[in-house]
Amino acid sequence: MMNNKNFMQLQFSARSENESFARVAVASFVSKLDLTLDELEEIKTAVSEAVTNSIIHGYDEDPEQIVIVTAGYTDESIEIMIEDHGKGIVDIEEARQPLFTTKPELERSGMGFTIMENFMDSIEILTGVNKGTKVILHKNLVKNKAICN
Amino acid sequence: MSLHIDQQVVADVLIVRLRGELDHHSADELRQQMEEKILKGSVRNIILSLEHLHFMDSSGLGVILGRYKQITGRGGEMVVCSINPFIHRLFELSGLFKILKIRENEDEALQLLGVA
Repeated sequence: MMNNKNFMQLQFSARSENESFARVAVASFVSKLDLTLDELEEIKTAVSEAVTNSIIHGYDEDPEQIVIVTAGYTDESIEIMIEDHGKGIVDIEEARQPLFTTKPELERSGMGFTIMENFMDSIEILTGVNKGTKVILHKNLVKNKAICN
Repeated sequence: MSLHIDQQVVADVLIVRLRGELDHHSADELRQQMEEKILKGSVRNIILSLEHLHFMDSSGLGVILGRYKQITGRGGEMVVCSINPFIHRLFELSGLFKILKIRENEDEALQLLGVA
């Protein structure tokens, strides 16, 4: 993680009911920052996508497994890392394609990474087969002050 | 906050009103409840009313697309109404706007389906 002014970390069981917990906890953590409602919604949605990916794709919904969410911010930006120790992503470029999914039978829309990329300023994906996945989401704070609208 | 699902059948239209948050966790429940009504046979068209839906992510897009395919596969239509700007943006991003019919409110959606 970057050199944070403030940070927090959560660990929770890979259960779908914890998806809302994770996104609300992160939103609550960054709520002291001067964010617009749209920006807060974007962060909540991106966190929800990454946590859902860890639970469904990383762990095949095994509740014995653990998802770790670390969030931090400085004056310039917010960084949120969603980490699992699951099966990893075989082909990152393929996974990032809109509408691509490895689980069409579960009615996955294949839009998770597209939403994360659109709603955040940048995302990084670190993954290896059977080594787990880290998704790092970045949101800049400085542009708000510069544009001042 | 979880998802509250209210379903009402008017003529051959299934009106589904969602309140709360539609994510991976609640998407399964929505799919099951809607499928139960759709497969009963008397439902031809669907109106999805999203006025009180406060959160949705790509899991929600998946379950909506799934029911869209299901009802159009049976010769029916799906109309979505009362969507907030944030869900509007998700629909735009995913291309769902190109296939779904969107109306301002339930009355307009019912009119479109010939039930007024």
